[in-house]
Amino acid sequence: MNCQQAKSLLDSYADGELEASAIVELEQHLQNCPGCASSWLNLQSLKKSLKQESLFFTAPEELQRRIKSALPSPAKTTPQRPIWNWNWLTATMSGATVCLAMLLMVTLNRPSSEQQLTQEIVSSHIRSLMATHVLDVVSTDKHTVKPWFNGRLDFSPPVNDLAAQEFPLIGGRLDYLGGRSVAALVYQRQKHVINVFIWPAKEADSNPAVLAPRQGYHLIHWSDAGMVFWAVSDLNEKELLEFVQDFTTGGR
Amino acid sequence: MDERDRTKQFEQRVLPHLDAAYNLARWLTGNEYDAQDVAQEACLRAFKSFGSLRGENTRAWLLTIVRNTFYNWLRKNRPPEIAGELGDEAMAVEDIAVNADILNLRLADAETVRHAIAELPVEFREMIVLREMEGFGYKEIAELSDVPIGTVMSRLARARKQLQRRLAGEFKPGEQQ
Repeated sequence: MNCQQAKSLLDSYADGELEASAIVELEQHLQNCPGCASSWLNLQSLKKSLKQESLFFTAPEELQRRIKSALPSPAKTTPQRPIWNWNWLTATMSGATVCLAMLLMVTLNRPSSEQQLTQEIVSSHIRSLMATHVLDVVSTDKHTVKPWFNGRLDFSPPVNDLAAQEFPLIGGRLDYLGGRSVAALVYQRQKHVINVFIWPAKEADSNPAVLAPRQGYHLIHWSDAGMVFWAVSDLNEKELLEFVQDFTTGGR
Repeated sequence: MDERDRTKQFEQRVLPHLDAAYNLARWLTGNEYDAQDVAQEACLRAFKSFGSLRGENTRAWLLTIVRNTFYNWLRKNRPPEIAGELGDEAMAVEDIAVNADILNLRLADAETVRHAIAELPVEFREMIVLREMEGFGYKEIAELSDVPIGTVMSRLARARKQLQRRLAGEFKPGEQQ
């Protein structure tokens, strides 16, 4: 391989997109050619610097509010026609009565905000198991997963490596719970996926509390140092609790 | 799907990627006001076609829409900028002399790096954002930006060369712009 060939492959090599056969030849060339080796170093420094957090622009909160207010409201019903239109009112009276009755029932049966949150967490966990949504960043390395959240969230979630405890980290993703973006860390025990949802909240530190299972999923909730944690999995309660203990002690 | 369920699902599945959408729009438009407009319009368009989203990568799907929205916006607002800037000029990237010490010094300063990226032609800038900041692979970038993989590779390589040149050395202003 000559220098021109080597230099044309450096970008794909740095991006992890070079095929195995070419990698061997290129690496040999880099060992023997100081010129290409220094181009390689420059490219790596450039790539590293382009990933720095401060280059990433975070959306202003105002933008999220504007977009949400432009969407059909998830909480309210769509506007009704004016009720002083008597012809319309008479014609749809029965329909309106039924709607009103249903609305009342929904209101009366509205779950408490905690119940609503646990339901959201379980739904989010289930959704994450559906094919491709489970991970935005795939890595077993906490030094890859933790920085990935930089610039994507306004807080930095604690990420622990629990492979030694047989709960290997498999990655993370952004999720959306209770009206805010949250971090979701994904761990595994055998075939069981564990989602840990994390976000900051003004809540006193609390020890792990096991909640009643929902739809067959176990939930454990705790808070620590200004962050709220929810672990959810189809793993049995004992092992999930074991996981939470390992997680909170940082795998020590 | 019920309208309200749809809103809720959209908020859960798509809005977590709003930062990525805004970041791309911000780099493409070059200022926060246009970026907000483009990101907002893209999100509303995304909501309309949300029903067609299946198992694909939501972030890539949303960024495709941001990108399309941006190019529509650009055609309406600034026609000359994209006209024939890149064309298909020589794919080869000429070798350049880079002083590693100067390069590393300038790379350490985020403001300088930001400025250098902002000066790249828009087609190069988007490659840098998609590859380095969003971490997409060549194939995903090719699909997302609707160009062949070969074009992705050559644009990325040329973008990086231009950055190194602007940061480390003998780049003459006005040469590429």
